[in-house]
Amino acid sequence: MAVKAKSLVGLCVLLGALFAGLCQAGEVSVAVAANFTAPMQKIATAFAQDTGHTAVLSFGSTGKFYAQIRNGAPFQVLLAADDETPVRLEKDGLALAGTRFTYAMGRLVLWSKQPGVVDAAGDVLRKGTFERLSIADPKLAPYGAAAMETINRLGLLPTLQPRLVQGESIGQAYQFVATGNAALGFVALSQVMLDGKLVNGSAWIVPTDLHAPLRQDAVVLATAKGNPAALALMAYLKSDKARVIMRAYGYEFPL
Amino acid sequence: MPLSFSPSAADLGAILLTCKLASVTTVVLLLLATPLAWWLAQTRSRWRAAVAAVVALPLVLPPTVLGFYLLVSLGPQGTVGQFMQSLGLGLLPFTFGGLVLGSVVYSLPFAVQPLQHAFEAVGQRPMEVAASLRASPLDAFLTVALPLARPGFVTAAILTFAHTVGEFGVVLMMGGNIPGQTQVVSTQIYAHVEALEYTQAHWLAGAMVVFSFAVLISLNLFNARRTRVVL
Repeated sequence: MAVKAKSLVGLCVLLGALFAGLCQAGEVSVAVAANFTAPMQKIATAFAQDTGHTAVLSFGSTGKFYAQIRNGAPFQVLLAADDETPVRLEKDGLALAGTRFTYAMGRLVLWSKQPGVVDAAGDVLRKGTFERLSIADPKLAPYGAAAMETINRLGLLPTLQPRLVQGESIGQAYQFVATGNAALGFVALSQVMLDGKLVNGSAWIVPTDLHAPLRQDAVVLATAKGNPAALALMAYLKSDKARVIMRAYGYEFPL
Repeated sequence: MPLSFSPSAADLGAILLTCKLASVTTVVLLLLATPLAWWLAQTRSRWRAAVAAVVALPLVLPPTVLGFYLLVSLGPQGTVGQFMQSLGLGLLPFTFGGLVLGSVVYSLPFAVQPLQHAFEAVGQRPMEVAASLRASPLDAFLTVALPLARPGFVTAAILTFAHTVGEFGVVLMMGGNIPGQTQVVSTQIYAHVEALEYTQAHWLAGAMVVFSFAVLISLNLFNARRTRVVL
């Protein structure tokens, strides 16, 4: 009995200390587009070290986050994969006006897990020596839409259409290629790049004139009103330190 | 939700494909599950508990586990995938055949368990009587056990069909969303919700609710009638 009471007191003290720590430091819950998963994990670590604030991250597709935010999800910042969803949230009155900005520009890449499959000019698409080409669903994912636009711009839709397999997100499009179920696929450069280098396989970084720019916008949600950690995170995303991390994953920035 | 709304060709295609998938899966599973359920109902083997547990696994495993293992093992680097390729057959992910295989695994307990219970309810006695009348074991099985277990077959078929219609995670993991091949109703609803096409999502989701309710109520009515007859 005595031991139980003692440990209970200990637990209360511990919880109290934790709570006090959280109150001081501040916490912000962030909905992060799937393609931005890897850099955001690093940025969140650096953000905690530099500001003492904690960013609690949830990763998923922008469309799903939109539906969840409209139905009361407790996210305070959205890092979207597009520049339309944040505008829509602003119009719905669910985001704070004047907080929206482009935190990164994504790059599309044609990637294969095997070295030597994808050439530096993407001619493999014309040769068609592969069975399956993986893309993200163009209706759901901005990277999927960019892939479709590229295929159309190259005039290859008729030959490539029967070989397309669609992931519900850019994460799944990547997974189909990574498991070898699709020989190649259009994925986000951030998924196959680390420290500015291709992690494995072969790739063609799609020139930006083949599709509309992949602007990824961030916005503070109405639920974050009066939370300094949310504003601190937005400022941190614009910092040189955050941008160095993003650049290592192949992201670019608007001029 | 406007009343004038009519389903798109893709939605109708998804409904048709879902019915086809559920039908094929039901036929394949009844053929596979019958001998398996019979064995489970009759055997005193020490493997019985292990086999019954394997059969029940899809009940407790999340569909993501099944989908993940299927995708990896059926892929070009997987054991099944390499076996398929060595036979000169194509790979199964992203094909209708792949979905059938996934559905067979996913719905296995829904076919085996009702059949097993039905065979157990038949018991040894009718088989012994048939044997004493010089019926061969196969003959006795076909002419005595199968007809007596008929309600179990109806339950197994309905549950398998309905459960396959309700499949989502496995298809999402290994389907690739190809119209006419792997684009089924559940993944189509998911895509509509993601794309903020709530009207279409409502239409399909509502149809699923009505369908599922109809299946369960007819199953209940069927079971109630059967109980009355027995009593």
